[in-house]
Amino acid sequence: MKILVAVKRVVDYNVKVRVKADNTGVETANVKMSMNPFDEIAVEEAVRLKEAGKATEIVVVSIGPAAAQETLRTALAMGADRAILVQTDAEVQPLAVAKTLKAIVANEQPGLVILGKQAIDDDANQVGQMLGALLNWPQGTFASKVVPGDGSVAVTREVDGGLETVELKLPAIVTTDLRLNEPRYASLPNIMKAKKKPLETVDPASLGVDMAPRLKTLKVVEPPKRQGGIKVGSVEELVGKLKNEARVI
Amino acid sequence: MNILVIAEPSTGGVKAPTLTTLGAAAKLGGSVSLLVVGPGGAEAASVAGVAKVLSADGAEYAHPLAENVAPLVAKVAKDGGFGHVLFPATTFGKNVAPRVAALLDVQQISDITAVESADTFQRPIYAGNAIATVQSSDPVKVVTVRGTAFEAAAATGGSASVESVSGTGDAGLSKFVGQELTKSERPELTSARVIVSGGRGMQSGDNFVMLDALADKLGAAVGASRAAVDAGFVPNDYQVGQTGKIVAPELYIAVGISGAIQHLAGMKDSKVIVAINKDEEAPIFQVADYGLVADLFKAVPELTQAVG
Ligand SMILES: Cc1cc2nc3c(=O)[nH]c(=O)nc-3n(C[C@H](O)[C@H](O)[C@H](O)COP(=O)(O)OP(=O)(O)OC[C@H]3O[C@@H](n4cnc5c(N)ncnc54)[C@H](O)[C@@H]3O)c2cc1C
Ligand SMILES: Nc1ncnc2c1ncn2[C@@H]1O[C@H](COP(=O)(O)O)[C@@H](O)[C@H]1O
Repeated sequence: MKILVAVKRVVDYNVKVRVKADNTGVETANVKMSMNPFDEIAVEEAVRLKEAGKATEIVVVSIGPAAAQETLRTALAMGADRAILVQTDAEVQPLAVAKTLKAIVANEQPGLVILGKQAIDDDANQVGQMLGALLNWPQGTFASKVVPGDGSVAVTREVDGGLETVELKLPAIVTTDLRLNEPRYASLPNIMKAKKKPLETVDPASLGVDMAPRLKTLKVVEPPKRQGGIKVGSVEELVGKLKNEARVI
Repeated sequence: MNILVIAEPSTGGVKAPTLTTLGAAAKLGGSVSLLVVGPGGAEAASVAGVAKVLSADGAEYAHPLAENVAPLVAKVAKDGGFGHVLFPATTFGKNVAPRVAALLDVQQISDITAVESADTFQRPIYAGNAIATVQSSDPVKVVTVRGTAFEAAAATGGSASVESVSGTGDAGLSKFVGQELTKSERPELTSARVIVSGGRGMQSGDNFVMLDALADKLGAAVGASRAAVDAGFVPNDYQVGQTGKIVAPELYIAVGISGAIQHLAGMKDSKVIVAINKDEEAPIFQVADYGLVADLFKAVPELTQAVG
């Protein structure tokens, strides 16, 4: 079985994001970029499935600027076999990402597509589910366990009340949650090897996908700041404040 | 303007996320229909502000699988000429809504925190470090609603008509196998008035008993940071944060939690925040109304005593 993994290049999760002075977006110039953490988990899961003999080839795909090659190389260093960059500098919203991935799926014919549950920049949590609808494939979202079987895959999902397990007919979509695995760090030899693995660049126009944004961002502002509070010296003082000042207990 | 709200599936009464999603619908203004997938259609008729309950109680909806629910919602939305389809931003809503949006060929608007007009909404991005105002050009607005941002509709006082809608059948793509739900007598995290949350500083799952005791005294729910969940101290559904549950109780007590951006994203709209941490430099103190620099193993039992 071939596995396709979608990876997005995003502002690193450790960066304190700042809103641009002109309120058109957030500052991304000279900011550390990394692979979306949920996508690292997706790549790791694919690599583990291959190591366990359940997958034959791992293709990683990213839609974004030329710099996303770096993200793809990271995935290759983790163990993916081949990479595809659908190169564009335009803003690509989740529906357009899903349509682009659908076109890639048509070419690659994977048995499983693994995505992150959410990109930590747009916090949309949409692409995997949208791709499922466009392909009419089943989806195992927010996965904490993935067990491929014969013609199907069992996915345990993190849901509001706890855990839920579903069985999906293959081909299927999986989106990762935090507990699925702990991604490996690429070793230096593997980083070197990754430089020689194939990375194909695709012109989005050649895919014939409508990528026009449907949402217009009118403005981006900072959230209201919380007033700083005080330090209390003892549990007794704390209880006094909660009872008499805040009146919440 | 016709608005379709999708109810959070329930086997007992109307759920809080349904009521807050109706709260967001009320901000839009218009006639609201509530689609109840699975049981509970009749009960939902008493919710205030609902003109019509659409009940889809076919066998294929015994478990709300996205592959079966999404075609139903898309069909109901099309047939009824609805301009807005609103889901709660729960794991149910997040699972199904994008599938509906793609079927309708529209770009979903996730996790809205304010309605500015029929086509313009506010939503947090980058773990809530920025708030975007976005305008949709799609004919149908598929939206998920952040529960903490809207006032809940009243659960009673309404008298909606109930209409049954036929299902779209089993897509035959997926099967429900089983679930492991966390059992608790405590209030649900997302609607609790008080939350006591523990982090890596708790050191073990057994030590959460201390937080349970405090929570029992306060009638509180118990939450956790990602680190506490990853370490296996507590189940996944305790996680508060950017990628867990978003909460905004009247009182949030963070115990042994450092206050990473991803955690703050889930709780910084709480009315009053208390932090107990032995590191006076911990970032959690920057958002805490009352900070106590102390060893939690001493402070928590004392606090439990004192509030009793
Ligand atoms: C993609 C992604 C998504 C994430 N999503 C979330 C999310 O939704 N929610 C979330 O919470 N995190 C999330 N995180 C993780 C987040 O970045 C932090 O790693 C996490 O919140 C840290 O948890 P913590 O505060 O419990 O642990 P730590 O940061 O290790 O802090 C432990 C604290 O306990 C204190 N302490 C230790 N012992 C004691 C004692 N005896 N008495 C008092 N204080 C003590 C320490 O001083 C310290 O401040 C996410 C990360 C990523 C990359
Ligand atoms: N531009 C992109 N290129 C490749 N994959 C993407 C892109 N955007 C989103 N994805 C995938 O879709 C997942 C969910 O993203 P989102 O729906 O935007 O929160 C991510 O974790 C990625 O796996």
